[in-house]
Amino acid sequence: MKVSVVKNILEANDRIAQENRAIFDEKGLLVFNLMSSPGAGKTSLLEKTIDALKDDLNIGVIEGDIQSSQDAERIAEKGIPAVQINTGGACHLDGNMIRDTFKEFDFDALDLLVVENVGNLVCPAEFKVGEDFKAMILSVTEGEDKPAKYPLMFRESKVLLINKIDLLPYVDCSVDRIREEALRINPEMVIFEVSCKTGGGLEAWYDWLREEVKQSSAARKH
Amino acid sequence: MHEMSIAQSLLDIIREEMQKNNARILRSVSLDIGQLSAIVPESLSFCFEVMTSGTELEGAQLIMNMVPLRGVCRDCGREFEIRDYAFECPHCSGPHIDTVSGQGLSIVEMEVD
Ligand SMILES: Nc1nc2c(ncn2[C@@H]2O[C@H](COP(=O)(O)OP(=O)(O)OP(=O)(O)O)[C@@H](O)[C@H]2O)c(=O)[nH]1
Ligand SMILES: [Mg+2]
Ligand SMILES: [Zn+2]
Repeated sequence: MKVSVVKNILEANDRIAQENRAIFDEKGLLVFNLMSSPGAGKTSLLEKTIDALKDDLNIGVIEGDIQSSQDAERIAEKGIPAVQINTGGACHLDGNMIRDTFKEFDFDALDLLVVENVGNLVCPAEFKVGEDFKAMILSVTEGEDKPAKYPLMFRESKVLLINKIDLLPYVDCSVDRIREEALRINPEMVIFEVSCKTGGGLEAWYDWLREEVKQSSAARKH
Repeated sequence: MHEMSIAQSLLDIIREEMQKNNARILRSVSLDIGQLSAIVPESLSFCFEVMTSGTELEGAQLIMNMVPLRGVCRDCGREFEIRDYAFECPHCSGPHIDTVSGQGLSIVEMEVD
C-alpha cells in the first residue's frame, strides 16, 4: 500500500524554533544565530561586540560547542550572562537545546541574545533555533571558494563578516572575490570586512547591529 | 554530519505515519532532497541503515530524489532554474529571488503493508 505523506522532515524542529521565537518576540528580544567554521572568530567577535555595546545594550549569549565550556567562560568574564550548551557530538544546535537554556536567563533584562553555534560551515544552517536572523563569519584564511562550496549558509545568512583582514598580506585571498561570490548566492547580504584582532572595520558592524536592535524594538511596540 | 539528526526525525515521522495507517512493514520511503540543502545522500542512507537495522523497519528501501533549485523573480514574476547558485533573474537581472523548490527536505511517500 502506498501512503502519500508530504511532510517537511525538519518540521518538529521548525515548530520548536517557532515557539522559541514567539517567546523572544514577547520579551522584546532580538536574537541572532552566529555561524562559521571552527576558529573563524565567533567568540572573538562577541568579545569585541560586548565591549563596544554593553553600556548601551543588555546582552546575553548562548555558546554551543561539542565539548568544553571555554567559550562561555570567555564571555562570562565580561560580566555578561552566558550559558554553555555541550552538544556531545552533534555538529549543530537545534531548537530544543536552545529552549533548555531559557531557565538560566532573565529575558526581561535583555535586549539582545546571541547564539554562537557549533563551529561548522554546513550543518547549523539547516536548523532554525528561533532567531530573528542568521549571521556568519568567513575568515580570509579559509579561502575565497567557500561561498560556492557551502551555498546554504551564505543563502540563509543576512550578514557576512569577513574576518581576519589583518592577515590579508600573508594569504592568497581576495576579499572582492568573496564579496562577489557571496552576493551571487545572496544579493541582499550585508557584508562587513573586519579584524577582531585590530578592531578594524568593526565600528560599521556595531552601528548596524545597534540599528537592528532599535528597529526591532520599535517594530514590537506597534 | 547532521544526517544522524535528520535520520532520527525521519524515523519519528515514519513511525507516526505507520501507526496512523495501521501498517506493520515498511517497504520503502521516498524523500525529496533539495539541491541547496546541505545533505549528503550517501551519508543519510548510511545513517538510515544503521538506525533501522535490528528494528521493525530493517530492510526498508530509502529512495532519494534530488530536487533542482528553482526560483521566482519578485520583479518580473517569471520562474526559472537557478544554476550555479546564482540568485539573479535570467530574464530581467533582478536580484530579488524567492526559492520555489530545491531548498527543503521532505518525505513524500511511503510504501507499507
Ligand atoms: N589574526 C587574527 N586572528 C584572529 C582574528 N579573530 C580571531 N582570531 C584568532 O582566531 C582564533 C579562533 O578565534 P575564536 O574567536 O575562538 O573562533 P571561534 O569561531 O569562536 O572558534 P570555535 O568556537 O572553536 O568554532 C583565536 O586564536 C583568535 O585569537 C582576527 O581578526 N585576526
Ligand atoms: Mg567560539
Ligand atoms: Zn525577473
